[in-house]
Amino acid sequence: MNALPALVCVPLAGASIIWLTDRLPATRRSGPWAITLMTLTLELLLLLWASFQGTSHQGPWLNHFSIPWVPPLGIVFRLDMDGLSLSMLWLTILLSLACVLLTTRHIRDSSGTFHALLLATISGTVGTFLATDLFLFFFFWELMLVPVFFLLCGWGHENRYRAAIKFFLFTQGSGLLMLLSILGLVIINFQETGILTFDYFVLANTPLSPLLSMLLMLGFFIPFAVKLPVVPVHVWLPDTHTQAPTAGSVILAGILLKTGGYGMIRFNLMLFPEAVERFAPYATLLGLIGILYGAWLACAQSDIKRLIAYSSISHLGFVMLGIFSVSPVGLQGAIIQMLAHGLSTGGLFIIAGAIQDRLHTRDIVTIGGLWESMPRLSSVGLFFAIASLGIPGLGNFAGEFLVLFATWSVSPFIAILATGGLILASVYSLKLVNGVFLAPSSSRAEPVSDFHAGQMSILGILMTLLVILGLYPQPIMTFSLPSPATITTSNSGKNAS
Amino acid sequence: MTVFSLNETLLLAVLLFVVGLAGILVRRNLLFMLMSLDIMLNAAALVFVAAGAKWHDASGQVMFLMILALAAVETAVGLAVILRLHASGRPTLDADSGNLLRG
Amino acid sequence: MAEILLSLVVVIPLAASVILFLSAGRLSGFLIGAIACGAISLSAIFSAILAGLLHSQLSPSLHVFFWEWMRTADFSTGIGFTLDPLSLVMILIVTWVGLLIHLYATRYMAGDPGLARFFGCMTLFVASMLLLVLSSDLLCMFIGWEGVGLCSYLLIGFWYTEPANLAAARKAFIITRVGDAAMLCGLLLLATEASSLQVDTLLQTVTAAKISQSALTFSTLLILVGTLAKSAQLPFQSWLPDAMAGPTPTSALIHAATMVTAGIYLIARLHVLFTATPLVLTIMAVVGTLTLFLAACNALVQSDLKRILAWSTVSQLGYMFLALGTGLWQVALFHLMTHAFFKALLFLCAGAIITRVHHEQDIFRMGGLFRTMPGIALAFLAGATSLAGFPLLTAGFYSKELILSSVWNASFFLAPDLILSGHVFWVVALAGAFLTSLYISRCFLLVFMGKAKTHESGQTPLLMAIPLGCLSFLALFGGMMEMPDALAHVHLFTEMVDPAHALPSADEPLWLLLVGGGIPVLGALLAWIFWGQRNPVLHETSDEPAPPQTSQPVPILAACLLPLFRIPSWLGRYDFPARLSKGVSILINGMNTFALQFRACIFMNVSHQTLMTLRQGNLLMAYTQNGRVRWYAAWIAGGLCASLALAGLT
Repeated sequence: MNALPALVCVPLAGASIIWLTDRLPATRRSGPWAITLMTLTLELLLLLWASFQGTSHQGPWLNHFSIPWVPPLGIVFRLDMDGLSLSMLWLTILLSLACVLLTTRHIRDSSGTFHALLLATISGTVGTFLATDLFLFFFFWELMLVPVFFLLCGWGHENRYRAAIKFFLFTQGSGLLMLLSILGLVIINFQETGILTFDYFVLANTPLSPLLSMLLMLGFFIPFAVKLPVVPVHVWLPDTHTQAPTAGSVILAGILLKTGGYGMIRFNLMLFPEAVERFAPYATLLGLIGILYGAWLACAQSDIKRLIAYSSISHLGFVMLGIFSVSPVGLQGAIIQMLAHGLSTGGLFIIAGAIQDRLHTRDIVTIGGLWESMPRLSSVGLFFAIASLGIPGLGNFAGEFLVLFATWSVSPFIAILATGGLILASVYSLKLVNGVFLAPSSSRAEPVSDFHAGQMSILGILMTLLVILGLYPQPIMTFSLPSPATITTSNSGKNAS
Repeated sequence: MTVFSLNETLLLAVLLFVVGLAGILVRRNLLFMLMSLDIMLNAAALVFVAAGAKWHDASGQVMFLMILALAAVETAVGLAVILRLHASGRPTLDADSGNLLRG
Repeated sequence: MAEILLSLVVVIPLAASVILFLSAGRLSGFLIGAIACGAISLSAIFSAILAGLLHSQLSPSLHVFFWEWMRTADFSTGIGFTLDPLSLVMILIVTWVGLLIHLYATRYMAGDPGLARFFGCMTLFVASMLLLVLSSDLLCMFIGWEGVGLCSYLLIGFWYTEPANLAAARKAFIITRVGDAAMLCGLLLLATEASSLQVDTLLQTVTAAKISQSALTFSTLLILVGTLAKSAQLPFQSWLPDAMAGPTPTSALIHAATMVTAGIYLIARLHVLFTATPLVLTIMAVVGTLTLFLAACNALVQSDLKRILAWSTVSQLGYMFLALGTGLWQVALFHLMTHAFFKALLFLCAGAIITRVHHEQDIFRMGGLFRTMPGIALAFLAGATSLAGFPLLTAGFYSKELILSSVWNASFFLAPDLILSGHVFWVVALAGAFLTSLYISRCFLLVFMGKAKTHESGQTPLLMAIPLGCLSFLALFGGMMEMPDALAHVHLFTEMVDPAHALPSADEPLWLLLVGGGIPVLGALLAWIFWGQRNPVLHETSDEPAPPQTSQPVPILAACLLPLFRIPSWLGRYDFPARLSKGVSILINGMNTFALQFRACIFMNVSHQTLMTLRQGNLLMAYTQNGRVRWYAAWIAGGLCASLALAGLT
């Protein structure tokens, strides 16, 4: 009995149940929401089981599953889990649970379709974090994108079509590059060894010329860079985040962006270590530009969601910096930073969504003095804002410190410039806090409701996790390092050969 | 009976073809365009016949018969279209006026 | 036992702050005050017990290690506490002064709707400050370091309906954040070089000379920048006066007694690193000297009571940096302690005055308050004389005297063959002492003497009076534990802080002591000549830019002495460092706007051009698809000809 295929399939099954029962009038009101919640709870239990299930085999890979899918082409439905995937899965499930509990209940127009799409996205993400067959990975990668496009189109805000098209063009276009790269790698491997396979572990040993490996590496790098996002290809992100419905923003910022970082670690770093080594200086530079440029633009925004979106670019610049410092410390820092960013930015988007639901605006200038009317929402918002500002003791600082430490041994100059990003982070975070939560309260006629105890407890869990991540990251640091691709699980050996 | 050489026949065919092409390009009347098309088809058929005569091969004449049938069909369809157009109240035979997908 | 007490010292205020934040608005005002004061007093009692334990025990320090924070292959950092005499002095100051200020605040803030938030922030501040002081690891200390900055931000902006308060809060946080970033760089450098940020390990590494001199210099320089920003020294001084927007107890606790002295504490803790880099020490001394003088000039021209005290804090911190620059960190720490007493006292007095005169802070609109509030006036007098350093009777005298004499004996390293004598610094420091006496006497005379200009009402409640009394006592007699050799051979403080290294017994001439003691009295006399008589020589108004008018028949003595006021007040009025920093900020703003517009132009242009090109191409393509049969036929014929020609030619 294996939890991995169930992890992937349960959300899909939930989505189809919602799709089917959506026709019934009995389940119209909050049926889809309840089914989604049940699905995610089941998923959580499965994940718990998968985490504490003793590994049956030696080696760093925790769990393994594979059945042939398209045998003539060597495509296998193969899932593997190591510490990195597991920590990303926890982030995915916890954040989507929080997101569903807090933000999607009030959705009234075609709530069934909305939740089905949401679950499909989650399923795609889970699959992306687990797949170790390149074809399967690509399949999940696409599965993750398409529902988001429809979520954007259907439930977004005022400029949704433009944002959706932009998102689709960027991610789809870059995804094709990845497909090319995958095919290139497979064909080269076929020519070299005569085995037609999409298996990650087999392809990791493909002998490649320096030029080819660089090209293939870039083919993988660009879609991940678009996803992360890295500065020259970040343009889709602010629009998408701003226009997406709250749940979409949370899922996008908290989880989907992490697939970019995950892909860089799993595929770029592990498949092409030597090409990455050569590419690292440029990638580091891109990361640095991302940190400073994102933070700088965040300072200039007056739309809450846009500000948070640009701050994401800045934070994920640190992830990039950490990954391409090509050291275990940097990698650990990048992973911690991804987890912490998922929690803090996810939290901020939940807050921003709550504000928009209540006040119907996202403009920092017109909002103000929420502390008076909504002290709970404001204090939670303050917490997430200072977390994203990098107060030591919370998760983001731990990640940033490790990344900077790793970068320092590569190039102190870049590390010093990157700390400049921390100063800018305080500028934009305080702009958010000062403008939204503090400030003289604007005159509003309608009374607004604060978070109630249930919502507070969910957000409290997120906050506690951030504190734990900030003060005691050591277990996650040791646990979540990616397992090397060269060491395969014991029963995968016979599968690959 | 004078026997024409292949070259002369081909020259005639090219002349016929050019005349037909020019007719298509220059004339705007649909009837005249159909006629020009037939001329072009016949030019092609002439090449087949001449080639068949030169290499003593019957398939040239077979092809001629086929082209003849093709030309007949084409003319029939063309004329039918013209009649339909006329019947639907179109006052003109001008080909250029029919460039929009609206009736 | 001691370990548990030590962790409780930090945990109790933290727990109190969590309770206060979570209970938001559901507790009564009395309960809130009781929780906050109870937590701080427990903390204070525990630290006193710890002091006793540490004194009775033979070991000079106490270590508690909680857990490993981050560990990688070549670096590890943990969360743990160290209690040694240095941190003991600090936690005693923080908890006991903090307790007095909390008691005061329960009455001062009574009735404010945000009471829970206020005390939540205050107790969180105390917890972070204690964490900062006690941490045995620099990175762990950084948690407290940023935590106090955050609390300072929240408390400056406590009354958030006033946009000016928010701006001040943001300014304070961002300016100190610049320093923090520099400090983080310093820590990173140290971490890379020494592969640990454990203070003990670091000190051992440096003593064993395992770190290259240049790396050490750079890291200490970067840490120095961090401490300068936190302590509002010269390039970063401008946030502290603005920070007075917060409630007065906050100003007393955070922006006078404890947080701003965190930089001094840090350098004292890392003194081994700093003494290994003499150049950085010199820089520190120069910055301290400049700051103490210019800030005193600034204090001389302020009209807002709290701003005077703020500038005075900056100036006194300058003294401490000067003392650190001589390498005698015990001296700086001694002044830190006495400063905490008298400056907290002055701020609390100011708060009491301000509440009783209906939130009037302008000293020119006050006057003659001695008659109506003699108790407060006496307390203020105790604080003021201590700040000015009136000889023999006040704590400030002993600490300032110690600084002056150690500066006189010190020498400052610039280059291998260029050593700066301490005499220059001594002269400036003395001038600063003179100005200190002048401005605080001016403040006292204008507020308490002369004609009454404001309506005063109410009574200072007992809960506010008790802290004033305690602090007055400390401000007057707290300095007796360390005396110059010429007076008496008492060195209790330095022996307690660092038993191993007693201060070098300086054979200072007696005239040095006399000058140090006489200067403040001179300053006070001069102030009396200018402002103290029935018809003051100088008529100032609260408009800051206008220079003060003199009364028409100027007494000859006063006319001769006038430049002593004119020159520094001119310096203060044309606050050069502030102008410089304002210029820099305008420049940055301009560049920012330019860059944003530039970017907008470029992006607009590029995207617009791309769009236009695409649209043109689109139209061109559409033109070929016009639905005309003859047009298509022509294209077919043309294409045929072209391909035939191509085939024929090749």
